[in-house]
Amino acid sequence: MTVPLSYYLVLSGIVFLTGVIGVLLRRNIIIILLSVELMLNATNINFVAFSQYFHDVAGQVFVFFALTVAAAEVAVGLAIIIALYRAKSTINIDEFQLLKW
Amino acid sequence: MEQVFFFYFAFVIAAAAVLVVALRNPIYSALALLIMFFHVAGLYVTLHAEFLAAVQIVVYAGAILVLYLFVVMLLNLRQDDRYHRQWPMAVAVGSTLVIEAVILMAMKGWTTPVVATGAETTVGGTGNTEAIGDVLYSTYLFPFEVASLILLVAMIGAIILAKKDLGEPAES
Repeated sequence: MTVPLSYYLVLSGIVFLTGVIGVLLRRNIIIILLSVELMLNATNINFVAFSQYFHDVAGQVFVFFALTVAAAEVAVGLAIIIALYRAKSTINIDEFQLLKW
Repeated sequence: MEQVFFFYFAFVIAAAAVLVVALRNPIYSALALLIMFFHVAGLYVTLHAEFLAAVQIVVYAGAILVLYLFVVMLLNLRQDDRYHRQWPMAVAVGSTLVIEAVILMAMKGWTTPVVATGAETTVGGTGNTEAIGDVLYSTYLFPFEVASLILLVAMIGAIILAKKDLGEPAES
């Protein structure tokens, strides 16, 4: 393995941070969900890199599970977005403050 | 050589991630995410995780992203009438693709070797796939079943959430 493990960790960190920034900054719910996908992919890169580094296939199995959870998250999240859009005719996150104290 | 591939994939992944967050149009964001998914799959191939690379493309790029684009277009449709200006172009591109598909189907000499090489590469990656299957169905059998339960719950939840007239009895 000619590429050191730390390179993968740095890449994963960059992608994860980008996702966090997207969740915090953007006001469009769809972009927020896309940023969550970015974060999930960053962790997946970590898992696969470690799996290769330790020669253990368990990390790839965990990526498989993370993928399942991502699919479930997308299905439920998009259903929620559609329900919200029906209720208020907008997907701007600033319009939804019912749970704000 | 491996480092060259890594830096290419890493650069495109990071740039596409920034684009996902920075672009204003959600459709462009989703397409940037598509580019990122493909390059993450390439990164998996360089890490000798061929099965995950295939799953990444099929599930992420094929299913999840299409769902995103579907919802983006569903929600934007009522705000601006872009759809009506675009449909002649859509018909032109779509019919071209259909004609191409028909021609490719007619040229059987081309289609069979493509299918054959695809099967061969799958066989070539069997080492990885077989190892994952071994561990997944023995050590991680219980989490695997729980994952199927999660998918079932998500399916039911999505149907109920997206259903109209949740509080009222459905009449249709």
